[in-house]
Amino acid sequence: MAETSKTALSILGEPTGACWSCGEMRAAHFCSACGKVQPPVPVDYFTFFGFPRKLDLDEELLEQEFYKLSRKLHPDVYAQAESREQQWSLEQSSLLNDAYRTLKDPIKRTEYLLRLEGVELEEQSKSATEKARATGEVKKQVVPPALLEEVFELNMQLEELRAQKKMGEDDPALIEEIGTQKLELEQKHDALLQELKNCWNEWDKLVDRGSEEDRRKARDKMLDLLNRRNYIRNLVRDVNEVLET
Amino acid sequence: MLMPDPRIVGIDLGTTNSLVAFMQGDVPVVIPGEDGSNLVPSVVALDERDQIIVGNAARKYLIETPERSVYSIKRLMGRGVEDIREELKLFPFRLAEDMRPGEVLRIKLGQATFTPPEISAFILRQLKRNAERFFNAPVTKAVITVPAYFNDAQRQATKDAGRIAGLEVLRLVNEPTAASLAYGLDKKQNGIVAVYDLGGGTFDISILKLHDGIFEVIATNGDTHLGGDDIDNLLIRIALDDIRGDLGMDVSRSGEAVATIRKAVIEAKIALSARPTTMLDVELPVGKPYQREITREQFEQLIQPIIDRTVGPCKQALKDAGLKPEQIDEVVLVGGSTRIPKVRALVEDMFRRKAHTDLNPDEVVALGAAVQANILGGGSEATQNMLLLDVTPLSLGIEVAGGVTDKIILRNSTIPASATQYYTTQVDGQANVAIHVLQGERELAKDCRSLARFDLKGIPPMVAGMPRIEVKFLIDANGILHVSAREQRSGKEAEIEVQPSYGLTDDQVEGMILDSFDYAEEDFRQRQVIEARNEVQTILAALAKGKQSPAWGQLTSDEKKQIAKLERALLQVKDEDDYAAIRKAIDALNQGTMRLAELMMDTAVSTALKGKTMDEADLGEAPVAGHPVAKADFE
Repeated sequence: MAETSKTALSILGEPTGACWSCGEMRAAHFCSACGKVQPPVPVDYFTFFGFPRKLDLDEELLEQEFYKLSRKLHPDVYAQAESREQQWSLEQSSLLNDAYRTLKDPIKRTEYLLRLEGVELEEQSKSATEKARATGEVKKQVVPPALLEEVFELNMQLEELRAQKKMGEDDPALIEEIGTQKLELEQKHDALLQELKNCWNEWDKLVDRGSEEDRRKARDKMLDLLNRRNYIRNLVRDVNEVLET
Repeated sequence: MLMPDPRIVGIDLGTTNSLVAFMQGDVPVVIPGEDGSNLVPSVVALDERDQIIVGNAARKYLIETPERSVYSIKRLMGRGVEDIREELKLFPFRLAEDMRPGEVLRIKLGQATFTPPEISAFILRQLKRNAERFFNAPVTKAVITVPAYFNDAQRQATKDAGRIAGLEVLRLVNEPTAASLAYGLDKKQNGIVAVYDLGGGTFDISILKLHDGIFEVIATNGDTHLGGDDIDNLLIRIALDDIRGDLGMDVSRSGEAVATIRKAVIEAKIALSARPTTMLDVELPVGKPYQREITREQFEQLIQPIIDRTVGPCKQALKDAGLKPEQIDEVVLVGGSTRIPKVRALVEDMFRRKAHTDLNPDEVVALGAAVQANILGGGSEATQNMLLLDVTPLSLGIEVAGGVTDKIILRNSTIPASATQYYTTQVDGQANVAIHVLQGERELAKDCRSLARFDLKGIPPMVAGMPRIEVKFLIDANGILHVSAREQRSGKEAEIEVQPSYGLTDDQVEGMILDSFDYAEEDFRQRQVIEARNEVQTILAALAKGKQSPAWGQLTSDEKKQIAKLERALLQVKDEDDYAAIRKAIDALNQGTMRLAELMMDTAVSTALKGKTMDEADLGEAPVAGHPVAKADFE
């Protein structure tokens, strides 16, 4: 019974080693025999919840699992425990919260999975801008070509409205025009999100069977959708900022 | 299953008032002070004998010797000299003359100086004393509440204050969240709750999702320098202008006069919550009295700009939670300033529903802290299944090239939360890497709050860019940051030297714990009395047991009479505050029962010899010296 197996793959349910406290086989986060919290094992967020690396995730089930694990791992439960158990509970519950925060959000979840698959997502991020500034390299990703014309137009109008607002005036026609464009952008955003969700199913099917080539294609498609979606989101944010000031 | 320790108390360390509470069975209750009052004003003064006075007793010093007293110290917790220029214009804080930039603030009371955590510790110590008097037992563990929008430095300062006061701070709980616990105790339904908390000096808004006993904070926002104090200061300024105009006197530099005006405007403010008009009545130290009628309408007009400042944070919190006002099921009001009808109207207008005020807004935070204390102590039937999941109010970032903030943990992330960053070196053989940690939402590092500078030291010499240093940032359940680092190629734990931007080092806190005893004669006496009373309980219980044992029958009637006399003497002194007298009576009774104890031992042994085990024979606990008496567990 006290035999330890370090090669077990699945983290929930299946034993991964001996409990530090009672020596029985332990499950992932706490001992299945005595219930004591265990030192965290470095795993990805999907595995932490005992889920396969699939994107079409049951969000209700995720929330239920989050609450269930919170009740067992939160530091409040270990306030009177010995200090190493407190430390493990702190580490385990921060891992739980980080994992939940990432997985419950469809975009963050997709980005996280792509990163796990070795895809670089940094093109649009601030740190990429930083890196580009520091090294003098040209930042890779710019405007998605399909959006070029519209975006150019919109940016001009935003510039104009900013200038007007600075002077303490605003042109209702211009505001309306920008408002209409914003609505279109939001629709586009939602459409992209829907398309991304369709890609999830494609990916999920390829996880278990399917060639590396097919998987690469699916990843590239998701990356492209994410880039376009992020670009539009930033644009909408800019519009809101100008309209609200 | 451990029984919950009733002596873990919940403390609301407020800007204006502080309270201590505990769970009495299923209900949290506030522990009153010696004067019978539930509220301990957060006022600290140094009396003529250089002894610290706290609470109601200290209030008269605000007017009589303003230079030896201080209020609203919470405003200065975790802040630096450069942060408080504005506060200094409005509050009579007297900084030590030799303050250096970057140093923790020191406030003068008479000739002595104290840091804000030390002054807060005096208040905590008073609450601790009140609780110890109530329980007649030492209190060493507490849950302390802080504004949800407190940053890392302000939280750390509060935790330091607890340590200085001799309290192990089991948890810092956000005030609005604590309030929701108090409310949630008897209403176990699910739904979305908004807690609007406008206190003496701070404003918080928190939005929570209640789900089968889990209190999950979804978003929080606020302003740690917005509250009733700001209303008072506004009214004081108006009164000072009036006095200059009408009476031709500038009394703004007289601490005594300003303190008198402050007292009067607070009374007027409170009166206007109940009446349409009131009289501002100030007896100035010199010259004529100043009187002026204020209507509620005028008052509401005056305070509108102040209370409007709560709207922005509410909107932001809703936006962060991804909710519309209509989706809020309940609104709860917390903090004394929510007694102002105009504030209630504003909240009800914003959330489009009537707000809950069933619990006393001054007490609800302390009651909630007591609930959390009970949960941490192992829980009880009332708190079973209750779990608080709170968030960090501000994003955590690190400074990157160009003075830009790179956010690594976003605001409203459930805590504990963590982030891992990787660093390398720029120069061959570089042994140190500096990390500047920031808190706030702004893009530029200079606009965010500097938390600390971490120096990773002892990196093994390698070619530039080779080392891979993994730095883990972890925000614990108190909202306080911990940083650890490891060089991955060598597997060496990197040594981290922390320079908190606005905090005390561990050594400083240790020093302050020692210093605090200079002002704590009273504490020491109290502690001795409590310990002695505990001993009394033990010895009386043992004596009662002795009287039931066969050994009792073997005593002569003189011996029994003598014991009864000594017992009476002890009962007489046990409730007095005279440690020496209690001690003497205990020793006398110990002496007087020596033979009884010996006989009890003999009986036990002879019973054992007759074939019973020692356990069955029930040795009892003989009431004698030499048998160790349970000591109170003071640290």
